[in-house]
Amino acid sequence: MNETIPVSTALPKEACASCALARNARLIKLGVEIEGWDYLVALAGNPNTGKSTVFNALTGLRQHTGNWPGKTVTRAEGGFLYEGRRYKLVDLPGTYSLLSTSVDEEVARDFILFGQPTVTVVVVDATRLERNLNLVLQILEITDRVVVCLNLIDEAERHGLKIDERALARSLGVPVIPTVARKGQGVPELLAAISDVASGAYVTRPHRIRSLDPQVTRTVDRLAAEIEATFPGLPNTRWVAMRLLEGDERIAEAIRRRELGDLSRGERVEPVQERLALEAAR
Amino acid sequence: MDQQTLNSLKPGQRAVIKALHAQGLERRRLMDLGLLPGTVVMAELVSPLGDPTAYLVRGTLVALRQEQSRRIAIEPVLEEER
Ligand SMILES: Nc1nc2c(ncn2[C@@H]2O[C@H](COP(=O)(O)OP(=O)(O)OP(=O)(O)O)[C@@H](O)[C@H]2O)c(=O)[nH]1
Ligand SMILES: [Mg+2]
Repeated sequence: MNETIPVSTALPKEACASCALARNARLIKLGVEIEGWDYLVALAGNPNTGKSTVFNALTGLRQHTGNWPGKTVTRAEGGFLYEGRRYKLVDLPGTYSLLSTSVDEEVARDFILFGQPTVTVVVVDATRLERNLNLVLQILEITDRVVVCLNLIDEAERHGLKIDERALARSLGVPVIPTVARKGQGVPELLAAISDVASGAYVTRPHRIRSLDPQVTRTVDRLAAEIEATFPGLPNTRWVAMRLLEGDERIAEAIRRRELGDLSRGERVEPVQERLALEAAR
Repeated sequence: MDQQTLNSLKPGQRAVIKALHAQGLERRRLMDLGLLPGTVVMAELVSPLGDPTAYLVRGTLVALRQEQSRRIAIEPVLEEER
C-alpha cells in the first residue's frame, strides 16, 4: 500500500533542494507498517481539531473523521517513511487537559505522559486558539519536543482571523506550522518540522511557568524520587508528584494499584515485577 | 440576595462568570473546559430530560450537569449592553 507523493515533478526549477516542498517528495506512506521505527510521534489536541485528518494524510490510512467531537476514542497507529527515517504515528482521542480527564481523555493523557513519544504534535484549532492553548501549555511543561500544528487556517480566514504564527512560535518556543489538513496544505512544512525536532536539528525553548515556591519544589523532588523508586523508568515523575500533592484521587489510585504508566514499561517491566516479588516475599 | 448561578440561565441568554464555587479536581475540570471568571457564556440547548445543558463557551459547546452549573456564579448580560 506504499504510495509516494510525486511532488518533486511539480516543483519549479529554482526551488531549493532543502525547502519543505522538495523534502515532502521524500514522504512514503506506510499504512499499518510500523515495525522497526526510529521515531515515535504522538498526535494530541483538543477534540475535533483535525488530528485524524493529519494522521490520514501522513500514513495513508482512513481513520474515522467527521465534524463532531469525540470520534477517536482509542489510539490508532500508523507509519510513514520520511527522509530515510521510519516514523510510528499515534492518533489520540481529543482532550482539553492533562489534569482533569474524562475516560476517553485518559487514553490521550497516558500516552502523552508515559508513552515516551519522540515528538508530540499538538493539533490546534486556529479559530479557537485561546481555548486550545491550555493543552499546549500543559504539554510544554512536560516535554520540549513539541510541534504545534495550527490547523483549520481556512476556517480562521473565513472568519476574518489572521494569526501571526511567527510571534506565536516565539512566545511558545516551539515550531508553529499553519495547515489546512483536509487539503494537505502545510503538510510538507509540518513533516519538515517534525523531522527537525525529532533529530534535534531544531532545538526548542518551550515556554514554562517557573514560579514554584522553593519549599514546594523540595517536596515535589522528594516525592518524585520515591515514585521513581517504585516505578523504575517511569517518565514525568515530577508531574505525578504534583498531582499527588494536589490530592488527585485517580492518580493516587493508579499508584496504589501500580497501574501507573503501563505504557512506559515495555522492556522495563522487569524491575517493577522484581520489586513486587520482593515485597510479596516479605 | 443570593448570587445567581449558571443553571438558572435560559436558552439564548448570556452571562459573565463571576466565581467558581468548586474545589480541587472539580474546579480544575471547569477551568479546563474554559469556564473561568470573566468568561462570557450562553445557554444553548437543554437536553430532553433537562440535564445536562449545553453552553457556548469560548467558541465550543460544553455540556454541563446541573450539579456543575449550580457551582458557577454568574451575572447576566443585559440585551442593551450587547
Ligand atoms: N475546513 C477544514 N476542515 C478540516 C481541516 N482539517 C480537518 N477538517 C475537518 O474537521 C473535522 C474534524 O476532523 P478530525 O480529523 O476528525 O478531527 P479529530 O481531531 O481527529 O477529532 P476527534 O478524534 O473527535 O477529537 C472533519 O470534518 C475534517 O474533515 C482543515 O484544515 N480545514
Ligand atoms: Mg480523531
